[in-house]
Amino acid sequence: MKMKAALLGAVALAGLAPAAYAERGADGHVNILYSQAPSTLNPYLSSGTKDIENASLVIEPLAGYDEKGVMIPRLVDEIPTLENGGVAEDQKSITWKIKPDLKWSDGSPVTADDVVFTAEYCMHPEGGCAQLAKFEGVEKVEAVDPQTVKISFKEAKPNPYLAFVGSTTPVLQKAQFANCLGAAASTCTEQNFGPIGTGPFRVVEFKTNDVIQLEANPEYRDPAKPAFATVTVKGGGDAASAARAVMETGEFDYAWNTQIPPELQQAMEQGGKGEFVSGFGTLVERIEMNMTDPSPDLPEGERSTAKHPHPILSDLKVRQALSMAIDRNLLVEIGYGNAGRPTCNLVPAPEMYASTDNTGCLTQDIEGAKKLLDEAGWTDSDGDGIRDKDGKKFSLLYQTSVNPVRQDFQALIKGWWNEIGIEVELKAVDGSVFFGGDAGSPDTFQKFYADVEMYANNFDGTDPEAYLAEHTCAKAPRPDTQWQGENINRYCDPAYDAMIAELGKTGDLEKRAELAKKLNDMLTKESMTIVPLVDRGRLSARSKTLGGVVLNTWDSELWNASDWYRMK
Amino acid sequence: MTETAASPAALKPPRSQWRDVWDQFRTHKGALLGLIVLVSLVLFVTIGPFFRDAPDLTIAQQIKLRNKPPSWEFPFGTDQLGRDMLLRMMEGGKVSISVGLVAMLISITLGSTVGVLAGYFKRLDGPLMRMTDLFLALPLLPLLLVMVMLFREKLAGALGPEAGTFLLIVSAIGVTSWMQAARIVRGEVLALKEREFVLAARSIGTPPRRVILRHVLPNVMSPIMVAATLGIASAIITESALSFLGLGFPPDFPTWGRLLYDGVEQMQLFPARVIWPGLAISLTVLSVNYIGDGLRDALDPRIRGR
Repeated sequence: MKMKAALLGAVALAGLAPAAYAERGADGHVNILYSQAPSTLNPYLSSGTKDIENASLVIEPLAGYDEKGVMIPRLVDEIPTLENGGVAEDQKSITWKIKPDLKWSDGSPVTADDVVFTAEYCMHPEGGCAQLAKFEGVEKVEAVDPQTVKISFKEAKPNPYLAFVGSTTPVLQKAQFANCLGAAASTCTEQNFGPIGTGPFRVVEFKTNDVIQLEANPEYRDPAKPAFATVTVKGGGDAASAARAVMETGEFDYAWNTQIPPELQQAMEQGGKGEFVSGFGTLVERIEMNMTDPSPDLPEGERSTAKHPHPILSDLKVRQALSMAIDRNLLVEIGYGNAGRPTCNLVPAPEMYASTDNTGCLTQDIEGAKKLLDEAGWTDSDGDGIRDKDGKKFSLLYQTSVNPVRQDFQALIKGWWNEIGIEVELKAVDGSVFFGGDAGSPDTFQKFYADVEMYANNFDGTDPEAYLAEHTCAKAPRPDTQWQGENINRYCDPAYDAMIAELGKTGDLEKRAELAKKLNDMLTKESMTIVPLVDRGRLSARSKTLGGVVLNTWDSELWNASDWYRMK
Repeated sequence: MTETAASPAALKPPRSQWRDVWDQFRTHKGALLGLIVLVSLVLFVTIGPFFRDAPDLTIAQQIKLRNKPPSWEFPFGTDQLGRDMLLRMMEGGKVSISVGLVAMLISITLGSTVGVLAGYFKRLDGPLMRMTDLFLALPLLPLLLVMVMLFREKLAGALGPEAGTFLLIVSAIGVTSWMQAARIVRGEVLALKEREFVLAARSIGTPPRRVILRHVLPNVMSPIMVAATLGIASAIITESALSFLGLGFPPDFPTWGRLLYDGVEQMQLFPARVIWPGLAISLTVLSVNYIGDGLRDALDPRIRGR
C-alpha cells in the first residue's frame, strides 16, 4: 500500500514538473564532472560506479529507485507486484509489461525481444558479465508477446526485483549488440562506447577515460524533456578539485562524489557558486569487535578462530562500555560534516527496514561506561591508570585502513577509551592490503588479527537480507575457507541463524521488515558485536543555477538527469 | 700578536689534528650555519618537550581547541583534533631526526665496509660487488613489506610497538640504502691502493688491517661524508613514505612525514600545517648537506690549511 501511495506521488510530481521547462533542449548545455573518468558505457562489462552512472544517461532498466529507495517504473507503466498479479503466487516468476510506442534513440521500437536478448547477453557463460549476481536464480527470460517479458526463477524468490531494476542492469538494443555475445562482448568497442538507448540523452562522442559528449535523445518518451540540448561529462581529477570546479570557479554544473573534510566544505560553500547535496544510503562506518582471540601467542591457524573466544571482548558489558564511551556526534562533526550522521544501526535505511528505536548509543556516557567496566570486574588495582583483571591488562589493538578521517577517528576513540582506563594500540594498514583479501597477508580485515577494527560497508539495492545473512556462524572467515567470509567479527548465535532462515522464506514485505529490524538489533544494541558509528552519505556538488537535482543513493546519481534544468 | 710573531714557531703549543679540522670547518660559512641550524633543530626536538608539557585534557576539552590560529598559548596553532602543533612538531622531529641519523649510520657503516673490502681485496671484489648489484636490483617496497610482515609483531612484542617499529624501520632503511656508498667507496679505494704511500706502507710490512684504517679510510672520508649527508635526507623521506603506506609507526605517533601528509588535505585552509613540517624537513636536509660539504673540505688534508 505504501508503495502505491509513493508511486501516485511520483506520478503527481511528474505531472507538475514540466510547467517549469516546457521545451526539449531549451536550456542549452550542462557540464558534469566525475573525478573518476568513465572507461565504458556498458555496465555489463564494468562494475565501476562511474561507468554505471554515466551509462544511465543513455540506457535504462525496466524500473529504478527514487531517492527514498522506492521502486519507480521506467520502461514499464507499473511495477509488477503480488497484488496486481505481475508476480506469480508461488513467487517463481515476474512479468513486466513494456510501455507501448517506446522507441530507441535510432527510432526503432523497444520490444520484449530486447529484454530477452539482454538477459542472454549477461548470462552467457563466456561473457564474464559484471552484473551476473543480479541474474542469480533466473531460470529463463522469455517474451510472451512483443510488449511482455516473463522472468522465471529456479525457486521461489521473495525479492524478484533484481534483474532490470536499477541502473546496473539496463536494457540493451538487440539489433546493436547481436554480434557481441559471449567472448565477443569486450571486442565490440563501438557498441560499448556508444550504446543506443532509451534514456534522455544519446552519445555523440566517447573518449575513453576522458570525456563524453551527449545530446538530447529526439525519441525520448517525454516530448518536453530533457531540458538540456547537450551534455559534457568530463572525467578525472580528485574530490577536492572537482568540488572546487563547481563551488568556487563555476566551470562545472555538477560534480560527483565530492567527499572532502568538513572545514573545506564550509570554506568552499563561501565561494557562493554552488552548494553541496547529500543523500544517505546504507554505508555505515562501524567498529567490529573480535569475538575470537587474536593473540600472536596462539599457533597460526588458530588465531582469530572460534576455537579461542576473546579473553576480554567476550563479555557483553565490556562491549557495551566501549560503545558508550564514544561520542558519535563529535565524530560526524570532525570527519564528515554534511555527509554523515550518527547512527546505532547496521541497516540505517531504507526507512521500512531501519530500526527507529535503536538510538541509545547516540549519547556518550563516560561515567556509565566506567561503571559497567567496574561491574564486569575490570578495575585499576595497581594504580597505573589502566584497568586489569586477574593480572591481565585491559589492552586493545585497534586497526583500520590508512585514510585521514579514519586516523582522526582512531585518535579520538583512543582518547575516550583511555579516559575509561583502557590501553589502546593503534594500527593503520594500507587500504589495498586491508581490503585486499589476500589469505597470505596477516593484515586483512577478514583475518582480523586485532581486537577491534573499523571500516565501512553497505549493501547493494534496497533489500538487506543478504547483508544480514553475512553474520551467520558458517560465514566466519577461517583457515579452511581461505580466510574468506563476511562474518568478520565471528558472531555466532543459533537464534540469529534461525531468524535468517525464516527471513529467507518470508515474502510479505512488512514481516520481512520486522524480522530485519530484529536481526539488526541483535547485532547492534543487544550484543554490541558491531558498534555502528556514522551513517555515511553521498556528497556531491551542484551549481546554484542547476535545478532539479535530487541526490539518489539507491540508483544512479544521474537518475533524474531528464528533469534537470537551468534556473533563470 | 707582536709577541707570538717574535717567538720562534717551535714554541707554539702543538695543535691537534681535530683542532685543524675545526679551524678549516669554521671558514666554511654555509657549513657553520648548517651546524647551527641542525643543532638548534636537535635541541628543539630533544629539550623542547621538557618546556612544553602535554596538556592533560579529556577529548571533550581538547576538541574545543581545534583549528586555533597561532597564538601565545599555541605558537603553531592547533590541528583538526585540537592537538598542539608545536608539541607535535617536537615529537615528530624526534622520530624523524633519529630515524634519519640511525638509518644513515647503518647504511654508511655497511656501505663503506663493503666498499673498502671490495676495493682492497681483489678476491672479494667480484662476490661483494655482485651482491651490491643484487641489492640494487631488489625492489625496495616489496622487500620492506615482507620485512614488516615477518618481524613487526615479534619486535613489537619484545620491545613495545614504538621501539620495535623504530628498530625495524631504521634497519630496513639502512639495509636497503648502502649500495651507492659501497660503489663510490670501492672506486676510490681502487685508485688509492695503487698510490705510493700505500705501496710504501705495504712494503714495510704493514698488515692490511692497519693500511686500511690508517691510510685508506681517512682518504675516502670525503665521499663517505657526502653519501652520508644524502643518506639522512633520503632516510627521512623513506620513513614518511612508509608511514604513508601504513607500514611505519602507529598512526597516533607523529613524525614530520606524517604531519606533512596529514596537512596536505587542508593545505588551502591551514597552510601552516604543511609549511612547518615541510620547512623542518627541508632545513634538516639542507643543513646536513652543508655540514657534509664543510666536513669534506675540512677532512681533506690537501685542502686544509690553504
